[in-house]
Amino acid sequence: MELISPTEFAKEKVQAVQDYAVLAGRSVSNLFGHPRYFADIIQQADLIGVGSLPIIVLAGLSIGAELALNSAATLEKFGSLSLIGQLVSVGMVTELGPIITGLMVAGRNASGMASELGSMVVTEQIDAMRALGTDPIKKLVAPRVASTVFMLFFLTIIADLLGLVGGGIISRLIFGIDSRQYWNSAWQALAFRDVFTGLVKPVFFGFIIATVGCYYGMSTRGGTQGVGKATTQAMVASSVLILIVNFFITKFMMAVLGPH
Amino acid sequence: MAAPPALIERPLKSTQNSASPVIAFEDVSLAFEDKQVLDGISFHLPRGESKAIFGVAGSGKSTILKLALGLLKPDSGSIYVLGEDVTQMREQELFDLRRKIGMVFQESALFDSLTVRENVAFRLMEERNISEEEIDRRVREALSFVELEHTVDLFPSELSGGMRRRVAIARATVTRPEVLLYDSPTGGLDPVTSTTIIELIVKQRDVYKTSSLMVTHRLQDAFIMATHYFDRKTNKMQPSPPGALCEAPMNFLILRDSKIIFDGGVHELQETKDEYIREYIS
Repeated sequence: MELISPTEFAKEKVQAVQDYAVLAGRSVSNLFGHPRYFADIIQQADLIGVGSLPIIVLAGLSIGAELALNSAATLEKFGSLSLIGQLVSVGMVTELGPIITGLMVAGRNASGMASELGSMVVTEQIDAMRALGTDPIKKLVAPRVASTVFMLFFLTIIADLLGLVGGGIISRLIFGIDSRQYWNSAWQALAFRDVFTGLVKPVFFGFIIATVGCYYGMSTRGGTQGVGKATTQAMVASSVLILIVNFFITKFMMAVLGPH
Repeated sequence: MAAPPALIERPLKSTQNSASPVIAFEDVSLAFEDKQVLDGISFHLPRGESKAIFGVAGSGKSTILKLALGLLKPDSGSIYVLGEDVTQMREQELFDLRRKIGMVFQESALFDSLTVRENVAFRLMEERNISEEEIDRRVREALSFVELEHTVDLFPSELSGGMRRRVAIARATVTRPEVLLYDSPTGGLDPVTSTTIIELIVKQRDVYKTSSLMVTHRLQDAFIMATHYFDRKTNKMQPSPPGALCEAPMNFLILRDSKIIFDGGVHELQETKDEYIREYIS
């Protein structure tokens, strides 16, 4: 492995952050100019949104069920098993729903975008697109960003709901809690700040997934090996960023809207 | 060969004075990290002429085409394409200029998720103001020019290397650009397919009078271009009569050690005393 000086390393990282910021900025500004690629946005929304639906349904149901299963023992010690709906609903809507959906879509789509765009880079298709007078950021990146942000928002709502359903099934079947009591407790525990926090997060996560995936794809170098590397890096970087940004959004929302 | 499509003698719109060169490099230098790729390169491509660029692998031939398109920026020097200095243009301005230039990439660079029709029609569909019927007509005309009308619904992966190269030519010429850039159009092809591709390039040059800059490893391709013309009566490429000049002049440019060591016509090339060039063309 080639060793590089710390200065060069730092320069490379700063350059990468700068390139990412430029790409992310242009992907947003390009949404408002002509030509607009509505057909590409719809196609990507189908790939990202509808394509991710089965895994989100499965993940939402199982996380909700496991949350109910694991918290029941502790709640029982305090004689508060009836609060299980409250715990599942607040946990799913504010934290687990957005994070699980974000991580699942990052694993599926950030890597997919990086490998698709990376393959186009190494086979000169991106250069060909530029040579044909079309801006690849406008044609390829902006539609992916718009559709990921839009679809992740709704996927998160679906995951939240299915998490509650999963928790409800476990509460009823294993702990014998009345369904009406479970849903009543779940509904009443949710405050505006919880729902708002839970719905702001997927907007940021969707933006991270698409821009990171596209950034690694567009900056692919070194043939098929480079495509593989870009795919892995996109998945890891977007997942880490989601976790970091999640912490700061939660902290910020607590400061602005007050703790639960 | 099939009958040629309706002939249009010139590109649809000429954006520049006919006397000025379509491409002009002036003292252009470029280095990648520590490696000097081009060092003080200057040459002109006059309107209606063709120029073949030679050099060993890694001598910067393809880089010249990418610089002309503005896909890369030089470290120093100026590059004028159709009268505009591409080194001073922003990417957004370059997109408009690139619509007047056709480029055939080394490995065709067709969009693999699109059909042949969608590949060829790509630039027309981006224009947004051309009707579906007009797009269809022009795609069929371009594909008929390269004799691949029957591949319209196929994907690039279903085509042979030579067919992909011909589709790339159709895609580059569908908007009748003012200048064409060919990056090793016959690279990796068998001799028969290579001759078919060169015949198409000669046909494009003589029928549409398009200026072109061609990077190639195969000297014989450029010699064929310099010594043949496209006969519209027989619809075939024919050797020019002895001593006769080609309707569209053909020049040669040879690169060595990041510099131009030869820029001239076929006769000057054959009579050169330079040892390296003699060895190169032998």
